[in-house]
Amino acid sequence: MSPAPDALQRRHRFQWWELLPWATGLAMFFAFPNYLSFGTQLLVTILFALSLDLVLGYAGIVTLGHAAFFCVGAYTVGILAQQLGWNEPLSGLVAAGLAAGIVGLISGFVLLRTHGLTLLMVTLCTMTLLEQAANMGHAWTGGFDGMPGLSFTMILGLFPFDVLYFKSQYLYSLSVLALGFVVVRTLVYSSFGQSLTGIRENLLRMHAVGAPVRGRLIVAYGISAALAGVAGGLFTQVTGYVNLAVLGLERAAGVMIILILGGHGRLYGAFVGAVAYLVLEHLLAKAYPTAWQLGLGLTLVAVALFARGGLIGLFEKLRGAR
Amino acid sequence: MRISRILKLGVVAASFAAVAATAQAQTVKIGVVLPYSGVGAEFAQQVDRGMQVFMKLNPGAFGPYKVELIKRDSKNPSGAEAKTAVQELIAQDKVDMLTGFIYSPDAIASASLFTEAKKPAVIMNAGTAWITNLSPMIARVSFSMWHAGHAMGEASVKTLKAKTAVVGYSDFPPGRDSLDAFKRAFEANGGKVIDAIPMGGPGQVPDFTPFFQRAKDRKPDVFFVFVPSGDHAVAVMKTYNALGMRQGGIKLVGPGDLTPDYKLQGMGDEAVGLITAHHYNADLDNAHNKRFVETWKKDYGANATPDFMAVQGYDGMAAIAHAVVAMKGRMDPEGTMNALRGWKFDSPRGPLSIDPATRDIVMNEYLSEVVKQGGRLVQKNIGVITAVKDMCKELKEGKCK
Repeated sequence: MSPAPDALQRRHRFQWWELLPWATGLAMFFAFPNYLSFGTQLLVTILFALSLDLVLGYAGIVTLGHAAFFCVGAYTVGILAQQLGWNEPLSGLVAAGLAAGIVGLISGFVLLRTHGLTLLMVTLCTMTLLEQAANMGHAWTGGFDGMPGLSFTMILGLFPFDVLYFKSQYLYSLSVLALGFVVVRTLVYSSFGQSLTGIRENLLRMHAVGAPVRGRLIVAYGISAALAGVAGGLFTQVTGYVNLAVLGLERAAGVMIILILGGHGRLYGAFVGAVAYLVLEHLLAKAYPTAWQLGLGLTLVAVALFARGGLIGLFEKLRGAR
Repeated sequence: MRISRILKLGVVAASFAAVAATAQAQTVKIGVVLPYSGVGAEFAQQVDRGMQVFMKLNPGAFGPYKVELIKRDSKNPSGAEAKTAVQELIAQDKVDMLTGFIYSPDAIASASLFTEAKKPAVIMNAGTAWITNLSPMIARVSFSMWHAGHAMGEASVKTLKAKTAVVGYSDFPPGRDSLDAFKRAFEANGGKVIDAIPMGGPGQVPDFTPFFQRAKDRKPDVFFVFVPSGDHAVAVMKTYNALGMRQGGIKLVGPGDLTPDYKLQGMGDEAVGLITAHHYNADLDNAHNKRFVETWKKDYGANATPDFMAVQGYDGMAAIAHAVVAMKGRMDPEGTMNALRGWKFDSPRGPLSIDPATRDIVMNEYLSEVVKQGGRLVQKNIGVITAVKDMCKELKEGKCK
């Protein structure tokens, strides 16, 4: 076989180093038993960034409103648990994914008529509208004060949520993330995923070869929204609390920064970016509670200047240079 | 021979244990969770400095016991960040008590951890009334939104002789709580609230003109406004004057959030005549407060002024010091909470105590009017309601049941 098709085929296969993140994730569980609350938040953020990678990195849809789907998932789980007493965690996640996926498909149908800066603004506005809706419906959402004391039944009927040390929440989140990752990985290496990359790289040519561009984009947007919804639902379950802060520019822009820092369109960018950003933030904030943002900002400036493909891109460049 | 060796070993072991016990008893670890970065940093600084001033003015307050403060940033008010900080303070740093909590969501989200880990928490700000109901490990030294709102409603009728009122509020929980509290007290005393206007969220400062115009058209005796302390308050004063509401005979009243002490001088003469009800202002006339403000200005500059959050930080440290001394440095959770229940203190804000039943604060509410004295704006005391409890819990309103 000639080298080019061979290489194309090979990249679908699992490589040995792809086990590394998961081995690290498990090792962290034993190495840092007192930091699992932070670890759990980290895993949720990775899942959220992964969902954004699907639309931003692969389909090239630049959106600032992805927190909207995170919020839909988070509130679905919260409202089901508080108002209807539905606090089985796994079915809660499914409900969160479905709800966010439906919102994603519908809003994608409308919003994806635009692209570029217009899309950026419209997605931002959608999120703001949702934020106001959540505030006005404070009888259901609890508004700014949120829903106190959410509790969930045992995971798979076996593992109770660990309020103090977050042990079961960490492993639970790691499993959900692994599942989400398999979905995304399969998707981007499928023909569907390849056509998304095609749309990102050359929209005109994809139209010319007769690919159903709009339909593909909407479906990708819907799937990504569902995944973000699962991340949101997971957030509510492991935190046992949800309030209006799941929305807003800070979360939406934060996840984008994480993805760009790690390297978008690279699958593992979400992992590297989230770990680098959150661990740096966590350590800096602990050492300098008042001035940590300076250190974080300088790091981001350095990455933006010297590592355009994010940390993974930098790694690839170094390996290529050698 | 053998017996003496065993005895010796026993003595050595016992003395080791004794040393370990005293070492443990002498250092009490306190986790401080405040939003040190971001938009809340201004508030965190007030509380943090209040704590410092207490340590400085009362070096002997902790007796022979050493106290170590471990500070953590709670960042944005999502609750999740604060909860992570609290979890690590408990699991990793093994703190004995927790304190801080500016934003209500931070305290609400962390409440289950206080209960589960049995760690007493002294809330230094978070003002949502029902927070103290969430965990038996919570004691609050700050306020509930009902304290000032209810007091202002009562004073509007009794002192200002108002019959009608319009309420304007930022549309988030503290705003809605203030509306409920004011309305309840105002109408219980024979007044009538003729309109309630939501005025945007707490994030950005909105253009208040349309809301204030609507209030002006209703021609009430008083216009009660709740907005977040800070830049919102400055904009409220400007709009009130621009629309000529004072000349129209409408008195502007509100909780002390309208007159943040450190922004008061910057508001200019427009603020003169503004009437507020609150548990503290820097111009309170008592010896303890004079010493407090003096030390503050000496340490942080002549233009720096402590506000209500600063005094809450001060009183929070006083409460912790009391608990540490009462427990002789061994912070058994039930004992600590018992020590906090019924605790009385003569604070810069006047006499205060912790209600043994609700673990919430009981304190004076001061009615004050902004006047110009010797070229600077001063809050003149025009009335006081003593020993005010959180009326939300007293009246069993809404979620306070």
